[in-house]
Amino acid sequence: MPTINSLDDLKKIREEALKKRDVKNTAGQKQVIVGMGTCGIAAGARETMKAILETIENDNLSGIVVTQTGCIGVCEMEPIVQVQIGEGEKITYGKVDKATAQRIIEEHVVNGNVLKDKVIPM
Amino acid sequence: MKTIRSMVLVSSDPLSMERGAQQVFDNLQSEIKSFGLEDEISLSMVGDVGRHDALPLVIVYPEATIYGPVKPQDTRLLVEEHLYKGRTASELTASIRELSGKIAWVNARKGTIPAQQRIVLQRAGIIDPTNIEDYIVHDGYQALGKVLTEMTPADVINELKNSGLRGRGGAGFPTGLKWGFVAGTGNKKKYVVCNADESEPGTFKDRLILEGDPHSILEAMTIAAYAVGADEGYVYVRGEYALAQERLKIAIEQAKEMGMLGDNIFGTNFSFNIHVHSGAGAYICGEETALLESIEGRRGEPRPRPPYPTTEGLWGKPTLVNNVETLANVPAIIFHGADWFRSFGTPSSPGTKVYTILGNVNVTGLIEVPMGITLREVITIYAKGMKNGATFKMAQTGGSSGSIIPASLQDTPMDYDSFSRSGVSLGSGALLICDDNNCVVDLAKVLQNFFRVESCSKCNPCRIGNERAYQILNNISEGTGTMQDLEDLTMISTNLSELSNCGLGQTAGTPIRDVLDHFRAEVEAHIKLKVCPTGVCPMSGKRK
Repeated sequence: MPTINSLDDLKKIREEALKKRDVKNTAGQKQVIVGMGTCGIAAGARETMKAILETIENDNLSGIVVTQTGCIGVCEMEPIVQVQIGEGEKITYGKVDKATAQRIIEEHVVNGNVLKDKVIPM
Repeated sequence: MKTIRSMVLVSSDPLSMERGAQQVFDNLQSEIKSFGLEDEISLSMVGDVGRHDALPLVIVYPEATIYGPVKPQDTRLLVEEHLYKGRTASELTASIRELSGKIAWVNARKGTIPAQQRIVLQRAGIIDPTNIEDYIVHDGYQALGKVLTEMTPADVINELKNSGLRGRGGAGFPTGLKWGFVAGTGNKKKYVVCNADESEPGTFKDRLILEGDPHSILEAMTIAAYAVGADEGYVYVRGEYALAQERLKIAIEQAKEMGMLGDNIFGTNFSFNIHVHSGAGAYICGEETALLESIEGRRGEPRPRPPYPTTEGLWGKPTLVNNVETLANVPAIIFHGADWFRSFGTPSSPGTKVYTILGNVNVTGLIEVPMGITLREVITIYAKGMKNGATFKMAQTGGSSGSIIPASLQDTPMDYDSFSRSGVSLGSGALLICDDNNCVVDLAKVLQNFFRVESCSKCNPCRIGNERAYQILNNISEGTGTMQDLEDLTMISTNLSELSNCGLGQTAGTPIRDVLDHFRAEVEAHIKLKVCPTGVCPMSGKRK
């Protein structure tokens, strides 16, 4: 990682990172974000995460980026999984168990069909 | 589940009633029904609204639009325009004036509700906490860069003073002032300590910030260190927060690699290092002087004050101790400026507050809203109402040392000054919402048991007072209390707050005082009638 020696360095790093993201987004990158705060983990987010990774592996999928994030404040609905495809809207799912996680990958991420019954309004 | 999107209050003080408030209420009720809105609008009567012109008033939340004087024949227009079509019925609005004390605060609301306004939690749940690049993309470390390259330490402290930020750990002390105290001491070695011990039951806001956005705390601490002239910092993290500690350590490593921590930060000659110190599970270590003792490796017992940590803190050196949430506000204040920060919240308590909502409500979790919104709004709009449609009885703020807030205060703006005027405290931001199936004696007993166990036993008022108060409350709950017990409780509560050495004892008497002030009848029923009105207490007839 480069060392930052001035405010300009920081801004440059920020812009480069932003550009990289834009390129990936316009290329239609599929992003899956799992809420991994203590509340999420307590509700089973690790299992959900595992299920997501296994589904991706078993189905031999590529071009999907799986990342984690902290708690978003709706602890009631954990584990929370968000899906963003390219520049599209970020869809938030609540109470995602293993089976739902698999469905999210196979139906939403791969085929683009949002699982309406599991979406929570943000 | 019903989703309440709007809340309508009708004033019901004697003058309003004389001028037909009841008729207005009834008409509103039938109009709301005729538009089919009864599932999305809650309608209630409130007491004194603190102003005596233009009565009766009708207040519509979340916009906090005030209508008045409203006549019974105006209600159709009001419901049709505002609630059905969603625009203000401007011909009916009352002149804008700040309502004193008890209810809503018009000027403070600048269209930020009900969408939560996130300052402290702006990145939590959005970024990957283990990735510094993600933080930088979301404007991270820019405030630090600005501070180190464009501002003097005095500028930073002035900006903070102008922002009006107050400590979010519970006491509400002006943060800029505290920074100024530390900066003003002549000592060469100084420390910055982040209090992340967060052991108030029911509070988990700090955990969420540390887990979701650890870099913001590092950035804020570095800014603080530059402002006060420190070169070393500690984050004292509660022992149970393993994940928070892990993410902090990762963040520190990444920040060091990028030159955001360590020697010559941003290519300047300013250097700063941060250590993570794990607590071991004692409630008392959240008290700042006990926390310092604990970092130094001794038993966590509070020190006598003065000297305050700002002059003699960690290893006898001037030390700045700030809560996690307080610090999380700092980068945003520097980045956007003090005036921007002041545009949220109330004039005396600018900014936002993070609340953790728990108890008998439909949605529990965490919200960040501007200072000065009311408890009723939190319950109806953010928590989506009471569970099973039960009646709200009381709320307990800020973990154990907060206040017990009766239903009569649910329209008081939640900010430091309005709350202290009403004789209650905001505490650390937990809101335990209880419905009418909960017993106040039982609640007080549980809280007192907590203090009894967690007292460090260094000073007598706290060690003996909490034990005795617990015994008395236990007797009352067993049906063997006497009226003399209530006198004793009052005395213990006063002694606790006036004679105790530190914050633990000083606030331990609050629940007792609140119970006796607001729920005395219910307590007396336990004693005189030997009945627990809610059927919670055992009432077995045993006495200790």
